Amino acid sequence: MSRVTVDNLWMEYGDQVVLERVNLDIPSGEFCALVGPSGCGKTTFLRLLLSMEAPTRGTIRVDGEKLSPEPGPDRGVVFQRYSAYPHLTVEENVILGLEFARAPLWGKLWGKAKRQAQDEVAAVIHAVGLDHAKSKYPAELSGGMQQRLSIAQALVRKPRILLMDEPFGALDPGTKAQMHDLVRDLWRAEKMTVFMVTHDIKEGFGLGTRVLAFDKVRVDPDEPQAYGATITLNLPLEDKAERAQVVQL
Amino acid sequence: MGRRIINRRPGKGGALFWGALPFLAVLVLYVTFSALRLAENPNDKLLPAFSTIADTVHRLAFVPDSRSGQVLLWADTASSLTRLGLGLLVSTVIGLVLGIGTGLIPYVRAGLSPFIAVLSLIPPMAVLPILFIVFGLDELSKVVLIVIGIAPFLVRDMAMRVEAIPSELVIKAQTLGANTWQIVTRLVLPSVWPKLMDSLRLSLGPAWLFLISAEAIAAQDGLGYRIFLVRRYLAMDVILPYVVWITLLAFCMDWALRYANRRLCPWLERGAS
Repeated sequence: MSRVTVDNLWMEYGDQVVLERVNLDIPSGEFCALVGPSGCGKTTFLRLLLSMEAPTRGTIRVDGEKLSPEPGPDRGVVFQRYSAYPHLTVEENVILGLEFARAPLWGKLWGKAKRQAQDEVAAVIHAVGLDHAKSKYPAELSGGMQQRLSIAQALVRKPRILLMDEPFGALDPGTKAQMHDLVRDLWRAEKMTVFMVTHDIKEGFGLGTRVLAFDKVRVDPDEPQAYGATITLNLPLEDKAERAQVVQL
Repeated sequence: MGRRIINRRPGKGGALFWGALPFLAVLVLYVTFSALRLAENPNDKLLPAFSTIADTVHRLAFVPDSRSGQVLLWADTASSLTRLGLGLLVSTVIGLVLGIGTGLIPYVRAGLSPFIAVLSLIPPMAVLPILFIVFGLDELSKVVLIVIGIAPFLVRDMAMRVEAIPSELVIKAQTLGANTWQIVTRLVLPSVWPKLMDSLRLSLGPAWLFLISAEAIAAQDGLGYRIFLVRRYLAMDVILPYVVWITLLAFCMDWALRYANRRLCPWLERGAS
């Protein structure tokens, strides 16, 4: 369960308002697509959900509890770039989450414990279709494979909330379509609440079960920084069959 | 049509030839001028003949010294390399610990980085007298001079490399449940390791400079000591081979660090697209 509620959220940098009056109530399991023009606070909103920054005003709650002030394993993340660790192979990248949990001192597993972890992640690596590339380094992978690795890596700790910042922005259309199927399947299986920033509206409607559009409603031409963006459209896609299956209304 | 000179490249043999040319030129020049000077004055000490140098090298490298009973070249090499190695080791440890500390932990950065910035501006040779006074004239002061000379550079370089790690990677580690120490061992150390090797390679030059300076001023043995000792006899037949030997040692250390980098960091070579 991970119901996300946002209450009168403001984000300001000095006298520049980026986000204002954001109110949301997202049921657990919802796949939210965050759309809108560039510079309208989508990524800022994601950073707030990730606790990379603290909001100037307002609160974000998960299942009624205030969000932890720093990133943690309850919220997984997939960035557009710099997604995987360049010095680790595919398998090492995916195991990393387990190693952090099980080897508090060095964050590295050896021998039997390592083999057990390798068996555990085999399923995830298979799910993202990287079995044949287990021992490759990220630099040897294509852009799509790198993003699949990043998703597998994020899923290992079984986060309740998955945050993605334009995860497929740099991929070609064919790879993108494959990634959409992959993400949809994983979301159905894990029933996570997903927030995905995208500038592709078609992707947003195709993948999401709820579309959140960010835009500025008030603009002062003399002082463009005086007003921030807010959510101008909060549209649950109720006619999607999969929404009824996954989302806990 | 002839191509522009920036687009013309030597082949494999050509590169070897052009690479060897300056070395050969220096050799030829030396032999010529040495022969000319010796023809005029057989006792000339400035450009000794290769046969003289070979005799001296044989004496230095294979015959025990009549006074100390030691083979001078090896004894000098051993004590110089010990000082250099200790200095580099201590500097590396300081560079890693303080560099990662200031690069990763805001409180350490706030506390230390202005201090280190000022410290790194002190000319190390200017504090050499202080080191001799405080640490005495033996080994410690020489090692400390090397450390003072290169550790601040290593610390600042490491801190910059740590800060240059994409914040996405640090955030991702936190979402995978890593604590600060695990972030250091699994992300920061492997990320800065290759850079540390490169910085160490760049530090080799200054480290040798400080070592030889310290040995020249106060020592009982060492490569720098020997060179400055025989200077008063114009013993070029000792100085020249020593300089060549020091250069060779420096070259080997540089090569070893580069090789270690390639072996320990295989991801740098693979898929470098």
